[in-house]
Amino acid sequence: MLKVDGLHHAYLPGQVVTENVTFDVQAGEIVSIVGPSGCGKTTLLKVLAGLLTPTAGTIHFQGEAIRGVPAGFAMVFQEYGRSLLPWATVEDNVELPLKYQPITADERRGRVEQSLGAVGLNGFGGHYPWQLSGGMQQRVAIARAIAYQPKLLLMDEPFASVDAQTRADLEDLVAAVRDRFQITIVVVTHDIDEAVYLSDRVVVLSKSPSIVLDVVATGLPRPRDQITTKALPQFVANRSAIARLIRRPEAPAH
Amino acid sequence: MSAGPSKTGGIAHRMLSALQSALIRYGLGIALILLWQYAATRAGSIFFPPPSEILHRAGELWLSGPPNRLFLGDGVFQDVIPSVIRLLFGWALAVAIGVPLGILIGRSRIASDLANPSLQFLRAIPGPALIPVFIILLGTETTMRVSLIAFGSIWPILLNTIEGTRTVDPVQLDTARAYRLPAHARLWRIVLPAAMPKIFAGVRVSLALAVILMVVSELVASTNGIGYRIQNAQIVFLLTDMWCGIVLLALLGYTLNWIFLKVEDRALGWYRGARGRAAQS
Repeated sequence: MLKVDGLHHAYLPGQVVTENVTFDVQAGEIVSIVGPSGCGKTTLLKVLAGLLTPTAGTIHFQGEAIRGVPAGFAMVFQEYGRSLLPWATVEDNVELPLKYQPITADERRGRVEQSLGAVGLNGFGGHYPWQLSGGMQQRVAIARAIAYQPKLLLMDEPFASVDAQTRADLEDLVAAVRDRFQITIVVVTHDIDEAVYLSDRVVVLSKSPSIVLDVVATGLPRPRDQITTKALPQFVANRSAIARLIRRPEAPAH
Repeated sequence: MSAGPSKTGGIAHRMLSALQSALIRYGLGIALILLWQYAATRAGSIFFPPPSEILHRAGELWLSGPPNRLFLGDGVFQDVIPSVIRLLFGWALAVAIGVPLGILIGRSRIASDLANPSLQFLRAIPGPALIPVFIILLGTETTMRVSLIAFGSIWPILLNTIEGTRTVDPVQLDTARAYRLPAHARLWRIVLPAAMPKIFAGVRVSLALAVILMVVSELVASTNGIGYRIQNAQIVFLLTDMWCGIVLLALLGYTLNWIFLKVEDRALGWYRGARGRAAQS
C-alpha cells in the first residue's frame, strides 16, 4: 500500500538526516518505526505526510508516486497541545478538516459524533481542548484523525507526553481503531516496548544518517493485552532483538 | 441547630468583602476627587474650579436639552458627537487597513522585505507633524482629521498583526497542511485566530492613540469638536468650560476602553482560559 524507496533527506547540504530508507506497509497493517533519538524518525514521518520534500528517493501510495500532502492521510502529532486549536471546541477541532471534504453537513456531524464516541469522549464536544487532560487531548487528536476517514494514519510519538496508564489505554485504543475502521497505521516511537506491542512489523532505523537496519515481524497474536502479551516469550525475544540492533555501536556500511 | 446563622453570617461576610474590594478599587479615586474639591475651594483660583462646579457646568453644557433630544444639550451635537464620529471612523479605518496589511506582511516574505524599510521610516514620523501636509492634501474638513487619526493610530495594529501572524505555531500550520485545509481556511481558521490576542492588544493601544490624535487634530484649523472647545474656552477665559472638556475626554477614553475590554473578553475567552491552564501546570 505504501512503498518507501531509497528515501534520503538532508535539511542542508552535508546535514544528512536519513541516508537511505526503504520499507513498505501493507494495507491494514500497524507498522512502527523505531530508532535511537535523533535518528530522523520525525523527519521521516513528515516526509511521508508530504510536509517535507525529500532530497532523494520515492514514496508510492497505492501504486502512485506522491508529491505534496496526499489525500487520505491523517496525522497525529506528539504535541497534542499545539496541534489542537485552543480557540475551537473539541467538536470544532474534529469537524474542521471535514468542512473542506465533499460530504454533507449531516454526514459531517455524524462522523464527529461517531469518532468522539470511538475514543470515549462522548459529551465532551463542547469543551475546549485546554479544559481536558493530556491523555484526553490526544484522544481528541485521534478522533480528528478517525473522523477524516484516512486510508493511512501517521502518528508521531503520539504517547510520549502522557503518563504510563494513559499511554497503555491509548495504545489499546490504536489497535481498536485499526480493527474498527480498517485504517493502516504508521507509528513513530522511541519506545521499543510500545513498538512491539502495537505493531505487526517494526522498522528499525540506525542512528543518523539513518538506514533501515531490519524490519522485524512481531508475530504476536491479537487481540493483545498489556499484561499477557508483554509476558509472551515472543514479545521478549522481539524486544531484545530490536534493542540489540539499536544499541549496536556501528551500523553496517551500505 | 439550623444552618440559618452561618448562612446570614456568610451573606454579611460577602457584603463586607464586596465593600472592601469596592473600597480598594475606587477608594483612591474618590479620595483624590475629594482632595481636589477641598484644595480648589480653599485656593479659590479661577484657573482651578472645584469638581462640583465643573460637574454643574458640564450638566449645563451637555445635559440641558429638551426631552425629545434625550435631554442632550447643544454642546453634544456641536462638539461631542462630531468628535466621537471622527474618532471612531479614523480608528476603524486604521483597523480596516492595518489588519489586512499586517497579515499580508506577516505571512509573505516578499511583502515583508518590500514594506519593512518604508514602514520603519513612516512609523518614526509623529502624526501631529503631518497636520500641515494633511491640510494641504485634504483640506480642513472631517476627511483630514479622520485620515490623521487613522495614520497615527495604525502603527500598533499593523506591527502587532505582523508579529502575531508571523509567530503562528508551526505545529498548527503543519496540522492544517496535513489535513489539506485550503489556503483561505488556513488564513481564517488558523492564522487569524492565532494572531488575535496580539491584534487585540494592538487595537487597544491604538484606541488610546486615536483619542489623542482626535484632540490634536481639533486644535488646528477647526470649528467644532471637543479639542476645539477646550482650546476656545481657554482663549475666551471660560476656564470651567475648559475643564469640562478635559474631564469629558477622560470619561470618553475610559468608557471606550471599558467597552473594548468587554468585547475582548468575549472574543478571547479561549486565550485567557488556555493561558490560565498553562500557568497552573
